[in-house]
Amino acid sequence: MGKYRVLPGPEAFLPPSAACAGIVLPDPGQGHINGEIVHEDVAMEEAAKQFLMAKVPTVFPGPLVLWNWNEKAAKKATAIKALYDELKSHNPGALLIPMPDYRPKYPKINPEVEINPNHPNLTIWHNKIDVCMFVGVHCHQANLSLKIIRGGTNCYTIAMCAQAGHEDAMLSFRDATPEKIWKFVEAVRKAKASGVYANPNGVTVSKA
Amino acid sequence: MEANSVIGTVNKKGQKIVDPEYLFFEAPRQQYFMTGSEVVREAIRRASVDISVAYPITPQSEAAAMVGDLYVEGYVGDYFRGESEFAVMSQCAGASFGGARVFTTTSGPGTLRAYENFPMWAGSRLPILINVMVRGINSPLNIQPDTLELGMILDTGMLIWHAETAQELFDYLLKGYIVAEEPDVHLPIAVVIDGFFVSHTKDMVMIPSADLALTPYNPYRSPVPCMDMEVPPVRMMRDPFVMKSNYISYATHASWQQEIRAAIERSRKHTIRLIGGLIEEENSDADILIVSSGTAVAQGREAIRLLAEEGIRVGIVKVKTLRPFPHEEIRQATKNAKLIFVPEFNVVGWMAREIKAVIPDNHRVIEGPHVAGGMTLPPEVIVEEIKKVLAGKKEVVHG
Repeated sequence: MGKYRVLPGPEAFLPPSAACAGIVLPDPGQGHINGEIVHEDVAMEEAAKQFLMAKVPTVFPGPLVLWNWNEKAAKKATAIKALYDELKSHNPGALLIPMPDYRPKYPKINPEVEINPNHPNLTIWHNKIDVCMFVGVHCHQANLSLKIIRGGTNCYTIAMCAQAGHEDAMLSFRDATPEKIWKFVEAVRKAKASGVYANPNGVTVSKA
Repeated sequence: MEANSVIGTVNKKGQKIVDPEYLFFEAPRQQYFMTGSEVVREAIRRASVDISVAYPITPQSEAAAMVGDLYVEGYVGDYFRGESEFAVMSQCAGASFGGARVFTTTSGPGTLRAYENFPMWAGSRLPILINVMVRGINSPLNIQPDTLELGMILDTGMLIWHAETAQELFDYLLKGYIVAEEPDVHLPIAVVIDGFFVSHTKDMVMIPSADLALTPYNPYRSPVPCMDMEVPPVRMMRDPFVMKSNYISYATHASWQQEIRAAIERSRKHTIRLIGGLIEEENSDADILIVSSGTAVAQGREAIRLLAEEGIRVGIVKVKTLRPFPHEEIRQATKNAKLIFVPEFNVVGWMAREIKAVIPDNHRVIEGPHVAGGMTLPPEVIVEEIKKVLAGKKEVVHG
């Protein structure tokens, strides 16, 4: 059996957790792409490329950055909003959909306004999201979401994690600080400026 | 609060908070002659424990009482006796939900009485450290060493480390907190010893100064938010959501269970760094190997010496962590062995089953010798078993 790779799905009725399939988390200064450990800068470039090539690039901010519970959270939120603005200026179809809490919602969430870790696939499907990034979501709930998304959708997942990263995402950063999120914003700006990545929706893009 | 920000500061007992790596590998150590119970006391004295809950059951009662002494001395933040082991483990959960570093101990029937809580701890991602001092569990009443209960907790979702000696017990208690509290792991951990054999015998132990203490737990690194009635898993427990018969409910729960197993796997990296690998090998290139954990390894080591005197070369593989189970390490260590003996202090041979499940050509595994119910496992019995098999007169010895 070949080495397991963390790829967009839909993978299986119940896909394995990537950690149990032999994928290990990056060390500080590293990221991973499809389960392969790479330098963090390489992961940044790839994440920027994925976002700029997407039809519906989407940022999912979680409670750790949605609520102003400490100074760092507020700084991260500012950087995340700047990231969204960069994506939106490149592709008007870009979305910013919060994961405000983790409570199971029933009979069903409104997938236009939020995403929930227990059934994240509903929001992905409804909005036809093809590339997304989790940021500020507690690690356990992020892993739940990422694995369920991999199981049932073809969405490319990116995790900007404040702790050790996520092997259930197709691409993951670790130790995310406000500065690191800004660095990613710069990577997106640089990739946009290169002109290589056309807006897939065919809309004229103005420089942010 | 960043954990590193407290390094170099002094706690309320006047202990200096030091980098865990310094405490484990660099701080000067002094030799003491102590029982396993006393070793528990000395580890917890340095562990920055916020709360410990106790309930008496042999053989862990002595250690639990000594932790009470630490509370009186001011080394442990809070301490009380629960109404039963079930209550103790539930109270530990409450403290851990609230962000405290928690320590408790249990044994035998107490472990089983508390059992329901262990998967709950794991599912809730509570990094509680429980010291399990194994003993017999079934009627007729027995308080003697027996590892049957250990086989029963293997798949609760806890990390499980099996210490062979008092020294390992000391080190595992402190290192266990650091691994269990890593945000990518964040699971309960059972540090297990064989009751009486380790808890009530004296051994030489190297211990750093009591003026040093481990960095305290930082709940802000937890992979789950602080729990209340509105946050899963509590919300899920009271909601029809997960009680409903629908695919989403099932898939959520299945994924939740997978995430616990994933967290166990993630602990490998941290564990290998701190305890020097998940297994330990001696002469593992020999045709005949003994593979086991806990004090069965000590007896196996002596059996190797006796066999060497007769010109029979035997190696040993000591399994230090039962969860994560070192399947790849065992596969590699046993790849050239023609016979693999698995001595155990229980009647069912769960360790042999675990090993058989992960190696090719598992007909090589000889289940035993087994003893149980408090019997000792003299090295001569292991020697006799090996010689019987070599002579073609296989006869499994059960306890």
